[in-house]
Amino acid sequence: MIRIEDYIPIVGEATVEELHLIADRLRGKTIQNINSTAVGGGVAEILTRIIPLLQQLGVNARWDVIKGNDKFFAITKKFHNGLHGVPVEITPDDYEYFVEVNRENAADLRFGDIVFVHDPQPIALIEKRQALGKNWVWRCHIDFSRPDPNIWNFLKDYIIRYDAAVFSAPAFAQNLPIPQVLIAPSIDPLSDKNKELDEKTIDGVFARFGINRSRPVVTQVSRFDYLKDPLGVIKAYQLAKEHVDMQLVLAGGGATDDPEGPMIMERVRAEAEKDKDIFVLLLPPASDIEINALQRGSTVILQKSLKEGFGLTVSEALWKGKPVVAGAVGGIPLQIAHKYSGILTRSIEGTGQWIKQLISAPDYARRLGTNGKEHIRNNFLITRHIKDNLLLFISLFEQGDLVYL
Amino acid sequence: MDAFHFFTKHDQVLLLGLRAKRIEELLTGIQSVPDSSVYFHTHRFLQQHHFLSPEPPNDFAYWVTNILGDETLGELLWSVDTIRFNDITGLREALIAILDHYLAAKARSIECETGEEFHFMACRTFVLPTAHVARDLKEFAEVLSKISVNSLYFHVFDAKMRLKSGENDFSRWFRDLGKLSLAEETKRLDPYSFTLDGLRQRIVTLVRQHDSH
Repeated sequence: MIRIEDYIPIVGEATVEELHLIADRLRGKTIQNINSTAVGGGVAEILTRIIPLLQQLGVNARWDVIKGNDKFFAITKKFHNGLHGVPVEITPDDYEYFVEVNRENAADLRFGDIVFVHDPQPIALIEKRQALGKNWVWRCHIDFSRPDPNIWNFLKDYIIRYDAAVFSAPAFAQNLPIPQVLIAPSIDPLSDKNKELDEKTIDGVFARFGINRSRPVVTQVSRFDYLKDPLGVIKAYQLAKEHVDMQLVLAGGGATDDPEGPMIMERVRAEAEKDKDIFVLLLPPASDIEINALQRGSTVILQKSLKEGFGLTVSEALWKGKPVVAGAVGGIPLQIAHKYSGILTRSIEGTGQWIKQLISAPDYARRLGTNGKEHIRNNFLITRHIKDNLLLFISLFEQGDLVYL
Repeated sequence: MDAFHFFTKHDQVLLLGLRAKRIEELLTGIQSVPDSSVYFHTHRFLQQHHFLSPEPPNDFAYWVTNILGDETLGELLWSVDTIRFNDITGLREALIAILDHYLAAKARSIECETGEEFHFMACRTFVLPTAHVARDLKEFAEVLSKISVNSLYFHVFDAKMRLKSGENDFSRWFRDLGKLSLAEETKRLDPYSFTLDGLRQRIVTLVRQHDSH
């Protein structure tokens, strides 16, 4: 089991010491996390990692999962798609059934002092507040920049009954009468995807895929999805390759819910067949070590997204000290300050130009990578995420902009 | 003589739900947001990128330069000398004056692309006592060498600008100790021109020099 002290060599003793200081202020309070799934998906993954660490800090943190049948989750999937801009039809019966399932769950749950509700699925549990009191926070993990107006109006009636709402990026903020808190997601530097790897492991992965580490390698780790623009990546690589030698690695899983996915994949493969220096790696879900090794062994990392929620693959690459060229969308500008800790681009041409520059100017590329790694260390590791959660819980009991604890 | 008790601070970032696409909206926002928002946007870069040196642009300057592409206005906003101000009111007025002057002289208005708006945020600051205490300069230098950057930040930046004490906590304690020239030298430092670790090293060096006298 990972211990909170295991992070001291990474973030410093003072950081962990201060986590203890803050957590002490929550003694005697029960924090109850509620979401809709125990395994799979980003929310379950982060709760699995954070809750044991909170407990080690002396916080009484719990985690409950609501129950629902296929009909309920088909409705919440429609919510999810609608909030991401996909046209969906949700009937009055759907809304009614959604609330009914929430009410059934509310009747079975034992609520903590602070009820921390994750994402839309359990949002209507707040109806229980009138009878119970308690402190309630709604945590939105999804892209909320342009929610479907009908779904938004339905959810808003519940959100405004909470004490606070939490979003992952500034662009997701809404016009609400309750405090809105920014808590960015994080990466765990001790996970398989991010932990240190020895050169032998990295060499082994590159050899297995037939990639030559003695030549420059440019890599994008992403699903093969239109919004990650793999075809734009190939064009940018082709522009840069007119002047500098390099290989291109496109690694990731398929996009099962993207109707254009197969067509994109077919075109990516067609391009790759024309150039032996393009490697298309369709990786199975349990490929964290491979992804880690590919990122660590690459010369430049790309994340040429056209649209992005937060884009944590950028943090993953920066954490490995790599120069990153990424689209200026979603949460990516929070992770990269242009020309300080990475490069932000808005076009295929600009991306190609910066790939060429970074391969040709390794000292500058190294400086970007070093700055990027420090930026992630200070702002996007799990220890910062834990601190933000602790402050969120404490803030429910305090008033004012400057609070002495 | 009272010992120096080190405190630390941590910020909660609040989203105000207010955004700007153009300079006019940036100005309206700066005029209307709470003090903690102006403080956040003029100090966030320093805190979040404290390893970078020696350029701590404020968020307004960064957005105007990199998103709107107006390098002249960006440079003017960047040049606002934060160290000159003892509170947020003066700092806010200086930013407003630059934007007012710019808008009066400018015929065309630039609008950013959708998705690249300036999002106004603010912060709530939570201050906690640490277990670290210094009774003399030797102990002070030892503690300052190892405390978190948050503690350093609180005693230098928050003390002067948000607690309106007119100077940082360290120089005030040095003065109380009778170390007047150390107090003056520490007060005269422009902390905005250092990285936080660079600032830490500079103060530790000053303290050790004066302690050996």
